[in-house]
This record gives sequence, structure tokens and C-alpha cells, in this order.
Amino acid sequence: MALLAAIVLILAGLLAPAWLQFLVTMSAANGLAVLGIVVLMRGGGATFGQGMFFALGAYAAALVPTWFGIQDAVLRIVIGTLVAGLIGALFAPLLVRYRGIFFAMLTLALSMVLFGLLSKSSLLGGSDGISIAKPTVLGMSLQSGNAEYVLYCLTVVVSVVAGWLVSVYWNSAAGLMALAVRGNPLRVEYLGASARGSLGTSFVICALLGGTSGAITAQALGHVEPNFANWTTSGELVFVAVLAGYRRVPAVFAASLLLEIVRSFSNLYFPNTWQLVLGVFMLLVIMFRPEGLGSLWPVAARRQADPGAAVPPLAEGQP
Amino acid sequence: MDAVAYASWLFIVSLGMTLVFGVLKILNMAHGSIYAIGAYAAATAVSLAVSLGLPPAFSLVAMLLSAVAVAVTVGPLLERGLLARYYGRDEVVLLLVTYALFLMLEDVTKLVWGVNPYYVSEPAQLFGNVLFAGMRIGGYDLFLVGLAAVCGLITWYVLNRTTSGKIVLAVIHNPEMSASMGVNIQRVYVVAFTVGVFLAALGGAFTAPMISVQPGLSVSVIIISFAVVIIGGLGSIQGAAVGALVVGAARSLAVHLMPEIELFSIYLVMAAVLIFRPEGLFQSVKARLI
Repeated sequence: MALLAAIVLILAGLLAPAWLQFLVTMSAANGLAVLGIVVLMRGGGATFGQGMFFALGAYAAALVPTWFGIQDAVLRIVIGTLVAGLIGALFAPLLVRYRGIFFAMLTLALSMVLFGLLSKSSLLGGSDGISIAKPTVLGMSLQSGNAEYVLYCLTVVVSVVAGWLVSVYWNSAAGLMALAVRGNPLRVEYLGASARGSLGTSFVICALLGGTSGAITAQALGHVEPNFANWTTSGELVFVAVLAGYRRVPAVFAASLLLEIVRSFSNLYFPNTWQLVLGVFMLLVIMFRPEGLGSLWPVAARRQADPGAAVPPLAEGQP
Repeated sequence: MDAVAYASWLFIVSLGMTLVFGVLKILNMAHGSIYAIGAYAAATAVSLAVSLGLPPAFSLVAMLLSAVAVAVTVGPLLERGLLARYYGRDEVVLLLVTYALFLMLEDVTKLVWGVNPYYVSEPAQLFGNVLFAGMRIGGYDLFLVGLAAVCGLITWYVLNRTTSGKIVLAVIHNPEMSASMGVNIQRVYVVAFTVGVFLAALGGAFTAPMISVQPGLSVSVIIISFAVVIIGGLGSIQGAAVGALVVGAARSLAVHLMPEIELFSIYLVMAAVLIFRPEGLFQSVKARLI
């Protein structure tokens, strides 16, 4: 299923104009960060600090060319992912002691600390950020003609692989336990599992995906800046996460694409009201479809959430 | 000295947020947007007063009235029309709702007042400068300190010494029990939220003379008031005061000693408090669920 999607997307990309390829690349990259947030949401935590891992991945991918001379795009993405994942693993033991808004606020505070560090650090480019030299992909250098397409293909492949891995995790025992932790962590502890461990795993996965997203975005944009770590960036990603819901992986990328399209469209026609539209839309989604767009596939939702049950386990509207 | 002035400003701005959280259990991300609306409304009110030829001292009254106007129109509308629909849901859901509200209000202010900056400096010029112990202090800063003290004392007095204040305290501690005792919870919620909105608008109104009022105000304010409120403990007024002083001191120290870390010294303190005493400095330590 995933392989088919990848092949279809890669072939479709041949026909698409460069701007559309870029749009899809960016939305897929953002979608990866949102996927991280969704994994964490499904595991019981709400984060406003995904910008931290996004920025970490982006800056790692930006700095390795200058510091270590690494030109390959794939290697840069791997390094960006690992750096973000490492920092996430470092902070996870601290963060899993909290829940709800304190968890959200702590991630926000950490993200803003990174933002402050990056803005003030002249070594890391200060508030202007750093530009990145064009990468090579698996040994081939990119000419201006096919650069967008190659990056598009790379992003599609990475997104499909990541999405497939995440859905494997969701259907695994650990993933199903994450869903239980979201519903009732106390009960999970009494049943003998570690709610904190599960939340920590979700958090590290979120960090890894954020790093991948940042690294890809850095390559596609050719520029990184401290604003990646600002809470407003995280806020946009959270918006897409709420829109997508935590039921289905493709919903995440669909929602991300929707946001990019709406953003490009409204930047052109209503630059002063698109946040209004976003806000209203978010309120409507929270009110009427609190499980997000992904819940529009009811059969899949039932199967994913509880393979053995005949009745949908979670009622609409429950947190 | 500028630590105290900055702390007073922080206190006025954060008092509303901690009050709203204490009563309604909502961490209001739109607090900054209301602050911005207060600033814009004050700018409009003052320029209106000036164009009507009223004496400059009246501009202060104009700012106060504009804050009241904002509170009375915006407060009940938001609370009844929007937030009430989401009560009973998880507090993170309400956080997202207020985030959506913040997005909306950002654009509403841009639509109503445009994107160009406003300047309203008449009130600040009223106070001039004061020589004190060899330092030149802006008179307006002293006025802010006084205003913060007045706000804090009035709030404390109303909550602790009047009947309606004690009813609000009861609702903070246990809404269900208060409702069983016959308290009109809905009315308490609306009033508390309106007062929170008023304090935010007041903060914005009285900050307007010190800055240029333009889009982007709300973003900078929200994070700082989060830091203050979380350091002091959500829902605690003394906490807001102490939090404001702590943040003010941290920022002044940073500015004087190591200007590069000014931006994130505040977030460091906030992170540190969250790590060691997540309930804040003034909350009783609650039993932890997993």
C-alpha cells in the first residue's frame, strides 16, 4: 500500500510543475513534523515545542556542510534526525513527569530557550540564520533543472517510509499501549506497564520526526533561521495535528498539504485574514470533529484502535 | 529600579491571566491578543480625546474607559459565545481553543486598526522625569508601579474581604460544591473572565504610551506572561506578584550583566521552576497522578 503510494507520487511528480513539486515537498516535510506531534498526541502528551526539534534538525543539516564538509542530502537528513532524537532522548526523562498543560508549557519553554540561543548566537548565524550549499543526492549533483524534482522524490520516499514505520508502531503492542496511556495512565500503571516509558517513547519518536522534517526543510529552502524554534511555528504544526487527528497516517499528510495550499492561496489574496480563517477552522474542527480528519474513515478507525472489538471503543468527543 | 518598573508592567499584564486560570481553569493564549486590543483601543481613545480638545490629563481617563469598554464588549461575548461550549473537555483542548482565538484576534485587530503603527505619547509626557537618589526615573514608570500596586491591592481586597470575592474563591476551590450550595457558576465565570479581559486591556492601554502599537504585540506578551504566571503558580495573585518580580529581576540582571541571554533568561527561569516546582512558587504541592 505504501509502496504503491510512493510509486504513484513519484510518477505524478514528473508531470507536475516545479512550484507544485516544491509545494508538495514542503507540505510533506511539515507533515513529518506534524506526524511527530500526532504520535505524541496519541500517546498522551500535547506539545507546543516541536519547533525545537524542527530547528535542531534544520540547523544540524545546515551546519554539517560547513563543519564537516558533508554534501550528501541523505546523510544530512540522517544526521539531522539523529541530533534531534538524541536531544529528545536527553529531555524525555524530565518531560514525562508532567502531563497536560504543564507538559505543553515545558516544551514551549524549552523551545523558546533554543530560539533565544539561536537568535543571539553569532556563531550560528544569529537572527538571520544560515544559508546552505546545495546538496548532492547519493552522489549525483543537482542541476537547477531537476533539483526540485530530486528533492521531491527524496521527500516522498522519506515521508512514505516514515509514515509506514509509524503505522507499524501504531499497530504494535507499544503503540496500542500509548493509546491506553492517553486514555488513562493510572490504569496502565496498575496493569503493570510504565506509562512514563510509553510517553517517553512517543516523545522520542516525535523528536526524531521533527528532526527529519527540519533537515528536509533546510535542504528544500536552502536557509535556516531561529524562527523555526519559535512557538508560533510549533503552533502552526499543532494546528495541522488537530486538523489531522491521530487516527490515520495519510490524514496527517493530507492535512499538511491542505494547509500549504490554503496558505499559498491566502497569502496571495487575503494576507491579512488567513489567520482568522485558520482560527475559525480550528475551532470548528475541535467542536465537530475532535478526532480530526482521520476519523472520517470510521471502519479503519475501529480496526486500528481495537482490533478485537465489535463496538468502537472511544466515543466521539472524549479527550 | 527598571526591574521594579518592568515587574509592575508584568504584574498588571499577568494578573488577568492567573485570575482566569484560577477560576475557569483555562490557560488563555488569547490573553496577549486582548492586551494588544487594549493598546489599540487606548490609542484610538487618546487620539479621540486629543482631537476633541480635552486637557491632556483626561487622556488617562480615556485609556481607563477604553479598557473598560473592551472588557465589557469582548469579555462576555468570548466567554459565553465561545469558551462555554468547550467546558468539561480536557484542559489541553481549551488551550487549543484559546490558541485558535489568538489566531483569530490577531487578524481582527489587523482588520480593524490596520497594519501601521500607532503612537500615543501624550500620557507619558504628562509625568516627566523625577530625580531620585541620583538616578533619572521616568515619571510614567513610577505611575505604572503605583497602578500595579493599586490593581493588586484591589484584587486582593475584593477576593478576600467581600462576599462576592469569597464566592469566587469558593468556585476556584470546588465548582461543583459551590453550585450545589446555590452559587450561579455561569455568572461567576462570566464576571471572572471579564475582569481578566479588563486587566489585560488595562495592561495594554497603559503600555501603549511606552511603545509603538503595531501587529506582533501579542506574541511577545503571551510568552512573558506565561512565564510569570507559571513561576508564581497558576491562579495565585501573590504568585503573580512574586513571579513578576522574579522575571523582572532576571531580565534586568541579564540586560546589565550579559545582554545576549536577555531573551532566554526568562525562559530558563520558567523551565527551572517547571522542573523543580511545577505548581509554581505559591501553590500547595498537589498529589501527583501518574
